[in-house]
Amino acid sequence: MRDVAVVGFAQRQMAEFDGSPTCVELLVPLFAECYEQTGWTRRDVGFWCSGSSDYLAGRSFSFVSAVDAIGVIPPVNESHVEMDLAWAMYEAWLKIQTGEVDTALVYAFGKSSAGVLRRTLSLQLDPYTMTPLWPDTVSLAGLQARAGIDAGLWDERAMAEVANRSLTDAEKNEYAIRKGGSSVEELLARPVYADPLRKHDCAPVTDGAAALVLAAGDKAREVCERPAWIRSLTHFVDPMSMGTRDLTRAPSAQRAGAGADLDGVEVAELHAPFSHQELILRTELGLGDDVRINPSGGALASNPMFSAGGIRVGEAAKRIWSGEASKALGHATSGPALQQNLVCVLASEGTDD
Amino acid sequence: MAKQPAAVIGVGQTHHRAKREDVSMPGLLREAIDRALEDAQLTLEEIDAIVVGKAPDLFEGVMMPELFLADSIGAAGKPLLRVHTAGSVGGSTAIVAASLVQAGVHKKVLTVAYEKQSESNAMWALSVPIPFNMPVHAGAGGYFAPHVRSYIRRSEAPTHVGAIVAAKDRQNALKNPYAHLKNPDTTVESVLASQMLWDPIRYDETCPSSDGACALVIVSEDEAARSANPAWIHGTVMRSEATSAAERDQVNPQASRDAAAALWKQAGITSPIDEIDMAEIYVPFSWFEPMWLESLGFADANGGGWRLTESGATAMGGRLPVNCSGGVLSSNPIGASGMLRFGEAALQVRGAAGEHQVDGARKALGHAYGGGSQFFAMWVVGSEKPSS
Repeated sequence: MRDVAVVGFAQRQMAEFDGSPTCVELLVPLFAECYEQTGWTRRDVGFWCSGSSDYLAGRSFSFVSAVDAIGVIPPVNESHVEMDLAWAMYEAWLKIQTGEVDTALVYAFGKSSAGVLRRTLSLQLDPYTMTPLWPDTVSLAGLQARAGIDAGLWDERAMAEVANRSLTDAEKNEYAIRKGGSSVEELLARPVYADPLRKHDCAPVTDGAAALVLAAGDKAREVCERPAWIRSLTHFVDPMSMGTRDLTRAPSAQRAGAGADLDGVEVAELHAPFSHQELILRTELGLGDDVRINPSGGALASNPMFSAGGIRVGEAAKRIWSGEASKALGHATSGPALQQNLVCVLASEGTDD
Repeated sequence: MAKQPAAVIGVGQTHHRAKREDVSMPGLLREAIDRALEDAQLTLEEIDAIVVGKAPDLFEGVMMPELFLADSIGAAGKPLLRVHTAGSVGGSTAIVAASLVQAGVHKKVLTVAYEKQSESNAMWALSVPIPFNMPVHAGAGGYFAPHVRSYIRRSEAPTHVGAIVAAKDRQNALKNPYAHLKNPDTTVESVLASQMLWDPIRYDETCPSSDGACALVIVSEDEAARSANPAWIHGTVMRSEATSAAERDQVNPQASRDAAAALWKQAGITSPIDEIDMAEIYVPFSWFEPMWLESLGFADANGGGWRLTESGATAMGGRLPVNCSGGVLSSNPIGASGMLRFGEAALQVRGAAGEHQVDGARKALGHAYGGGSQFFAMWVVGSEKPSS
């Protein structure tokens, strides 16, 4: 495997983006930041890959106008996944591994506020047996949280602890749209929203976009003092069917973690759009109490659809660049109730070092 | 590190029809997957990773359908990727699947692309009003007709060349058991007598709307040893350009020319017309055959394309048979249409194309395009392992 590093990261997150669902206006300044971080122009980028959803944008081919943000004349080597940024990064990482290119810029965007997000996401379910019932994402997550409580795996206090820590950390994150910790008692005194979930247990509906820059070997060393080398990049999916899987588990997360080099991870950015999901992920990934979880505030502070997973990787990379950590984990999830999971381990040292 | 060799050892497709009401989406995909696995003599359990491709989710009315399909297509417990690059998606998906092997990450990859248009309504899906955009309200034919008119004017093509392509592809489809349209009576004359839809595109010069799927099994060099006839991947390429820009040549887009140049270079091909034995080219409207022949470098860009078509060189038995399967003009499950081109090219160099086999085909082109002639995906496959 070639040594590939994350060498650039830019993000925008907001409660309501006053612009088009294709977010071209957001992407142009994001790319400018990536060029500034690397000193590159778009011609130095060997491969482009984006992540987005037509259903979120409310139109077919929403990614088509997004390529205008690149300025694709002359043409570029480009692809698109109907997935989160983290998986767009995976496709770009593959492309670099084939030796065909040495650099890539990946990006994703989504305007969740354009519709009623939890209803839009109902269209992700089995169209023959589930979607006609319109179960929404928050209710499904509520069932998952209840299953864990009933099984004695966690309680509402443990969930409130996750929320309190996230909202406290979010105070230092300029992109967080929900922030401000209080106390577990105060959080537990708030009204229940989708029993047993309270509002702060659920990620806020967030608009936004993000971009990551990847480079191999010396290309990475040229543009970054302390590149965040990708030591592991693995992902798996579980069956969707809510009736046949154990909602208190996430086997695909466990499997992704088992295939990754997690020894000595100091910081983990977990993509957990619901507080109890962080508890599941910590167990599945076997993260001990000494691992700092979500210093950015995580998805409970802001969760822009289709970029929030990749943002976890970007936030993890930032800890490596700054020297704050020498090994960090970025995790992304997709699908209802943690159906699909990706683990990316970043380190200050590559395998060649 | 150099690219690892990769080969196609399994190709499967569904019977393509306007409405496959006999199967659900999972059933449709499994029909193609099971055939590809049988061809590859592998089971789903042996597959390392799965790559799904399809065109817009609004075509079926399901957001990210690969998530609910994960279990039925055998992806549970495996890595699953979902590609969407407009009409070129079937090709791009096969390329992403190939890159999993070429990168050395996996050894046995299954890829499947599909469209089940009868579940929703494609015209609705393509007609959602978009702020600040001129509505087309004319479907793809209305969008592409001006490009075709421009080609005819520039190349001084005789106006019956499109009908030659349509008649040829519909006759070829009769030799393909999976093809959607089976019209034995189609001739150049009957095409010219059909209804004009978007001048100069007549009804018989347009592709159908189909339900269908295509699946490929792509494996590493050591796994390819299990196959008597692997189709080795000699080159893959993707290129994209903007939808609209004043300097764009929509008839012969730069992204297409750049993609072809990069592809031929990768595959070590200096004279495509001499070195490629057959081509499966994405031709949703008949005139795109001569247009792409020029853009791909099979003929000069001053009318060489229509001259090649008119001479009969692109018919079965000609110098460069094109779309022996019947092509997109005979079966068009949009998301799968590109993968069908890639898969049919693989079948040809494996000598496994049945009645529509080109004798002795050793190198073939699979081609797909999408959007407003702006997204391109292509590959070259060969019966021999690439030398470098």
